Amino acid sequence: MKQFQYIRPATQQSVLEAIAKPGTQIIAGGSNLVDLMKHGVMSPDKLVDINKLPLRGITPAKSGLHIGALALNSQVAEDKQVKEKFPLLSMALNAGASAQLRNMATVGGNMMQRTRCPYFYDTSMPCNKRIPNSGCGALEGFNRMHAIFGASDKCIAVYPSDMSVALAALDATVLIAGRKGQRRLPFTDFHRLPGNTPEIDNNLAKDQLILAVEIPDNNYAKHSYYLKVRDRASYAFALVSVAAALDIDNGTIRGARLAMGGVAHKPWRLTEAEKSLVGKPANMASFEQAAQIAMQGAKAYKDNAFKLQLGPATITEALQHAAGLV
Amino acid sequence: MEDQNNGFLADDNDQPKENPRRNFLKQTSLLTAVALTPGVAVKAAENHFDEKVAAAFEKLPLNLTVNGTAHKLSIEPRVTLLDLLREQLDLTGTKKGCDYGQCGACTVHVDGHRVNSCLTLAMMVDGKKVTTIEGLAKGDQLHPMQEAFIKHDGFQCGYCTPGQIMSAVACVREGHANSEGEIREYMSGNICRCGAYPNIVNAIQEVKNGGQQV
Repeated sequence: MKQFQYIRPATQQSVLEAIAKPGTQIIAGGSNLVDLMKHGVMSPDKLVDINKLPLRGITPAKSGLHIGALALNSQVAEDKQVKEKFPLLSMALNAGASAQLRNMATVGGNMMQRTRCPYFYDTSMPCNKRIPNSGCGALEGFNRMHAIFGASDKCIAVYPSDMSVALAALDATVLIAGRKGQRRLPFTDFHRLPGNTPEIDNNLAKDQLILAVEIPDNNYAKHSYYLKVRDRASYAFALVSVAAALDIDNGTIRGARLAMGGVAHKPWRLTEAEKSLVGKPANMASFEQAAQIAMQGAKAYKDNAFKLQLGPATITEALQHAAGLV
Repeated sequence: MEDQNNGFLADDNDQPKENPRRNFLKQTSLLTAVALTPGVAVKAAENHFDEKVAAAFEKLPLNLTVNGTAHKLSIEPRVTLLDLLREQLDLTGTKKGCDYGQCGACTVHVDGHRVNSCLTLAMMVDGKKVTTIEGLAKGDQLHPMQEAFIKHDGFQCGYCTPGQIMSAVACVREGHANSEGEIREYMSGNICRCGAYPNIVNAIQEVKNGGQQV
């Protein structure tokens, strides 16, 4: 690891001042950042440890739940309020990483995860995300794990978080602090598609800090399911994952939330498929139709065409689980 | 302690930091100047004065407790908890497997919670309590999980075992050892290339069902 300076400011103000300077980088859990620094993918001059900030709480909000940016992934997954109101989030968190890493990783850090694209990690390979305009190794390379939605000719990497797929489905909002005050951003607008600037993962400016995410109350707790398909039974990134949540009244779907992971540069919310489910009976025919709609516009590369079949199959199965049919 | 460290840790001036190459260059230029300067400079170079000054700026104070022993240390911020334990505190029971958070051989407890010490910067456990595999036994009396691993043959080469045992103890404490499936899921962060998994699961189940204090 390259040498760096390390500071541990005690106030939000001093964190905001510190991160406004070039070469600085926030560290929270460090489970992704330290890995990237060891690989030489990231090499900040100064780490700003934000663990002194009081951002660990999980508290009731006006109509929902407020989850501090420094809440640990394990803490959120085991939280009584989360399990009761938003079991989808708990399931998604427990599907990610390992017990050890969930004890380190924070909510904010999980949102800021970089892609696991092997061409991003291998500093001897071209990667537009790591070095803008150096080219994309994955486009013509081994791209089995890569995107089928929203990619560009500059980048076909996927965003790896499970937690964020659930938060996208649950209509969460991100609370962000800057030197000029606070702002709120819909969770689904936090991450970006690669376009011509794949080096920019999300819409958090360099001098801004994630304070919390808030999830509004909903009627999905009884019928939620997170299904993650991966190369081994546990502790692997998703080939495809689906967050499914249904509001079912007497066999009829009143509302639906659907998002996919492992398929795009951001959590991939499936709004058209959701709309198609409303008013329909909660059965296989409705779910298969929604899955078909969800896959419209999908585009495979050399090695990931299997995702075009795995995607709709995973959506259908997740919806069946959510509806309690299996 | 926060206040004591604050002036130093919160040092926000943007002076370029020292690095070994720069020290080397400085020393070389000092030595080059030897012919032209009197004894003072020669003395400074001989005593590695630059290195000492640079080290003072690069190292930060760290206080932590490991297996019940308090340590006051001074470390470079890039040192991981794993390297600190193994290289500076001579606690080599914690193993370096992949060094990238993928294998779990480096698992230790920080304030009672299992973490990968290879991805933990030592500076970030300032003021905390660390328990390693060396801290589980009470004198000659092995921890019940250690006994169970021996009884059930929960290892072959043994390299992943310290991490497996630290993780297994946490798994039982967390309440995630209620079935074979749950144990396998919550132990998935510890890889064993010998494939001792069934025996590891048996060892954990015995400890869990035995109801001993872990």
